[in-house]
Amino acid sequence: MSDHVLEVDDLRVHYVTRFGAKIQAVDGVTFKLKQGEILGIAGESGCGKTTLVAGCMGLYIPPLYLSSGDVRIDGQTILGKTPEQNRKEVLGQKIAMIPQGALNSLNPTRKIKDMATDMILSHDEGADKKSISDRLSERFSRIGLDAKSVLNSYPVELPAGIKQRCVIGISTLLNPKVVVADEPTSALDVSTQKSVIRLLFELMEQEIISSMLFITHELPLLRHVSSSIAVMYAGQFVEYGTTEQVIFDGRQPYSRALMGSMLSAEAGQKGKKPIALEGAPPKLDRVIPGCRFAERCPIVQPDCATTAQEIRIVGERQVRCKYADTDLIQKVGGQL
Amino acid sequence: MSDALKFEAKGLSRVFGHGKKATTAVRDVTFEIKDKEIISLVGQSGCGKTVLAKMLLRLETPTSGELLFNGKPIAAAGDPRNHWRQVQAVFQDPFSCFNQFFTIRSQLKSSFRLFETKPSDKEMEDRVDQALLNVNIKPKEVEGKYPFELSGGQMQRMLLARIFILKPQVLIADEPTSMVDACSRASILDYLMKLKQELSMTIVFVTHDIGLAYYVSDSLYIMHQGEIVERGTPDDVTQRPKSDVTKQLLDDIPDVHREWIKRDAPKPPDPPTPV
Repeated sequence: MSDHVLEVDDLRVHYVTRFGAKIQAVDGVTFKLKQGEILGIAGESGCGKTTLVAGCMGLYIPPLYLSSGDVRIDGQTILGKTPEQNRKEVLGQKIAMIPQGALNSLNPTRKIKDMATDMILSHDEGADKKSISDRLSERFSRIGLDAKSVLNSYPVELPAGIKQRCVIGISTLLNPKVVVADEPTSALDVSTQKSVIRLLFELMEQEIISSMLFITHELPLLRHVSSSIAVMYAGQFVEYGTTEQVIFDGRQPYSRALMGSMLSAEAGQKGKKPIALEGAPPKLDRVIPGCRFAERCPIVQPDCATTAQEIRIVGERQVRCKYADTDLIQKVGGQL
Repeated sequence: MSDALKFEAKGLSRVFGHGKKATTAVRDVTFEIKDKEIISLVGQSGCGKTVLAKMLLRLETPTSGELLFNGKPIAAAGDPRNHWRQVQAVFQDPFSCFNQFFTIRSQLKSSFRLFETKPSDKEMEDRVDQALLNVNIKPKEVEGKYPFELSGGQMQRMLLARIFILKPQVLIADEPTSMVDACSRASILDYLMKLKQELSMTIVFVTHDIGLAYYVSDSLYIMHQGEIVERGTPDDVTQRPKSDVTKQLLDDIPDVHREWIKRDAPKPPDPPTPV
């Protein structure tokens, strides 16, 4: 038994398109999540963040297929199950997800109570009505909701903030070991975003949830949320270290550019040019010989396009860049 | 009439529903938008900023109050098309702005229908090419493509390409960056600046992120519950905020240098080990 809650070991996941092409969306991702740790995964749209999440949850529903690798929760693998087995034994209990469009993920024709009851019944068929309803009111009052009225409401009757709490409440009903928050705040304004993060912290303090994978494209948000950060690009981790290391002393051109694209309302920042990365991540339906970021890299060197980059240790964090330990890297981005 | 004012609103209100269920989306708002200026409307969701933007676009009619465009009441132009030749918009979700069943190029070309006299086919093609180049997209890249084949950032640039074709006097940008990721966001802002500098456009930028607004705009309007609660230059509003709403908005941005949420510091994890 290891002290890691979630272990992902060289995970490779691919899609098969209807024309038969194989898209390697996640290509060799390895990380370990400790009890109580929050790991932030950052990267732009299409870099494989959401596919990685599906892979970690064992949701291999075609066209998504597992190529190789292993995912272990509490030392036990969760792969190799049918979708039905997976739903019954793994999802909700071991690993649960807070979806991206949390406000639209409730069924408008059913009461909150019914949806939450379904969640319990699907894992514990023998539970009787009384104990379920006690459990629900206890849990919903603990996350700061008026349990009686909220449970008997339809989603349309509730304001957005309460609905968000309900979604998080239902997702974490079975005290999952790992919670995956997939861009839980990307569609919200800054004030609602803050209240969602606050709720997640409250849940952690109450020990309803313990470890979390937090997926986002906003690096500054991760500064406050996570204890370590992995920056993802084209299906691979390009930098993986503690929050301080990645935010203030990034050693990979892409993570530095991601950091530099942020604007803040501080004095003297006006007129400062944020970095815009042109172009899009490479297509993954073929083998890329060199560094995957070479096409867009601001400090690209002649040999970058031909030599593949392995992940290695530079300054106590994992980096995938040949020039990570040279002065060249400091040229990217108005690092804060 | 001074020619420096583009829009002028006096006591503008918009109420939805009536009787007991009436909701006031915009309440007694008075402001002026100068020519060649970028102004930002900042507020939380539901504060009425989109309704106000829609009134400027003539998509909503004010319940009371007066709205002047170039010194004349906004409805004086008669046919709304006359208004839209001069005032255009970029919206939050580019996918819902394009028809899924037509190629992007043909839709960009069809924007010429708004003009009173349509240019020749050759000229239209050339101007579409030029507009695409303006937003850093090679015309070949989108040749024969449908909206679902492009990414969100690319689609948002297609909306901007349309603005480069139409060259309106005023652009209303309603949360143009909230659906794109951090890297494309910076480039969208660059194009807005380019529109202002090269085509001397007046831009109304609607957003919930006061950091973005600070970066692009010449003046800031903070809205809360349908009212403008604070206005001023970006430096004044962000450095010396007067109203609580502004302070709250500034406080809610996750900035790397400031404490954002009070919390017991999590134990720093061990550095990751090599693969």
